[in-house]
Amino acid sequence: MPQWIYLLLLFIAFSIIGYLIIKQVPSLLHTPLMSGMNALSGITLLGALLITDLLARNGQIFLSYVFGGLSVILAMINVVGGFFVTERMLKKFKKGDNK
Amino acid sequence: MSELSYYLFGGIIAVLVLWGISLMRKVPSARLGNLINAIATVLAVVLVLVYHDIIKSGFHGLIIIFGGMAIGSFIGLLLAYRVKMIQMPEMVALLNGVGGAASALIGAITIFNLTTDYPLFEKTTAVLALAVGIITFVGSMIAAGKLAKILDGKSVILKQHSLITILLLGLLVTSIILNILFPSIVTILLVTVFSNFFSIVFVIRVGGADMPVTISLLNSLSGVAGALAGLALANIPLIAIGSIVGSSGLVLTQIMSKAMNRPLKDILIGIPLNQDTPTRIQEKLQEEGSPEDVTDEFLEKLLKNSKRVIIVPGYGMALAQAQHLVERLARMLEDRGAEVIFAIHPVAGRMPGHMNILLAEAGVDYDKLYEMDDVNPLFETCECAIIVGANDVVNPAAREAVGTPIYGMPILNVDYAKHVIICNYDKKPGYSGIDNPMYHKTKGISMLLGDAKDSLNRLINLIK
Repeated sequence: MPQWIYLLLLFIAFSIIGYLIIKQVPSLLHTPLMSGMNALSGITLLGALLITDLLARNGQIFLSYVFGGLSVILAMINVVGGFFVTERMLKKFKKGDNK
Repeated sequence: MSELSYYLFGGIIAVLVLWGISLMRKVPSARLGNLINAIATVLAVVLVLVYHDIIKSGFHGLIIIFGGMAIGSFIGLLLAYRVKMIQMPEMVALLNGVGGAASALIGAITIFNLTTDYPLFEKTTAVLALAVGIITFVGSMIAAGKLAKILDGKSVILKQHSLITILLLGLLVTSIILNILFPSIVTILLVTVFSNFFSIVFVIRVGGADMPVTISLLNSLSGVAGALAGLALANIPLIAIGSIVGSSGLVLTQIMSKAMNRPLKDILIGIPLNQDTPTRIQEKLQEEGSPEDVTDEFLEKLLKNSKRVIIVPGYGMALAQAQHLVERLARMLEDRGAEVIFAIHPVAGRMPGHMNILLAEAGVDYDKLYEMDDVNPLFETCECAIIVGANDVVNPAAREAVGTPIYGMPILNVDYAKHVIICNYDKKPGYSGIDNPMYHKTKGISMLLGDAKDSLNRLINLIK
């Protein structure tokens, strides 16, 4: 089997697993969940690193600065901003007895 | 690093993320879950840097990679710590958008720099990453602009809106196929332009209460864009995590559109709510509430004698920034011995869970925030329910008025309470355009119109 079939299967498998886990999150936590997922979607940073590396190795320095640099910065904003915002939100949730 | 250990570590990272997400199902473990997700992300970055021998990408490559990460972290931290809780919806949309933009750039570059030996699959997924990434980016920016009130928050409906949307989608699909067959700057530009227009047309017509659905959907798309970029680059952690985010956004989208009684396809292709249906369904109940129900004496007696009070917040509370006053009122009622709980409708506010974070920020304990199904049986048992800026989610017409757009929408049964105090800005119908029959009742209702802050201050002063 060619490799791309494995990749596609991986995509489908994780979509289903994700669906099953997320279904059980109570609506109380929907905003932190969403911003947590949002932070995780910044994982596209991996792709940004790969294309930067690719372009730099091919000697396309200008392209790698513009496209690679921009995509690394944007993805990193997503990751760092996302995780810290989620943390700030979750810190707000307190229970009656341990105030 | 060997192939085997790369897959092994990739698997460990994916399992870590799943564990982190499952910890986010409960409040006490949610922070740990978020931390684990962050650690998994860092590990994934390290894995990719090591496996692809990034040190060999040369001087410029290293500068871009580490410099870019430093700049991005700095901006991300700055945003995360300067944003106020009240600005959270637009912040989530903004962050979502930048992630989408990154995926779009990756897609565009990959089209010209194929790395695998199955070019058709790679080209297809790369151009899809470009298209979905741009839709995510543009859509999120418009949504953020609307939420931050930089753009007009109302829905903008063009003539033949649905037709234009479908037409643009057709053009977009055509340009994607063209790009797969003839990858060139021109076809990439075509995909970019049509994705842009499609996204704009799709999001400008989303107004007010459709926002939670849209935000969830954009969140899902940003994950899908990442996963597509991962498929194009054959990067396992990226595929795994991207698809988890994609399906999680989809779950939220489903929950939201169900709670709004709007089929997802109506929201997607832009079918507006049917505004022509009879809105004055309770003609016989046109009289105003009896005046003594809003006198100080009446309200004071009511509040002081209530054993159980249910507070129902809506977007109006967020608009008036009245969450701290709501908390104060609740605390004062509790000090008098009453039991106070909060009834949270799944689509109250402008993003999923909006009311919960506002009230949590104001200092309300999360175990007092009840979900719709848990709180609905309790309305009959409470002496007093207080609505703060909520409208459609408490509209009994959803149960009774067959044929109106909100008929069948699950609502909070506030009208079952013995008495209801309504702190709304005016008597205008909510987003659905359907009159609320409660506003015309003569018994059991106290209408306090005007700024929710003023109304709440008045109630607070009465029981001081």
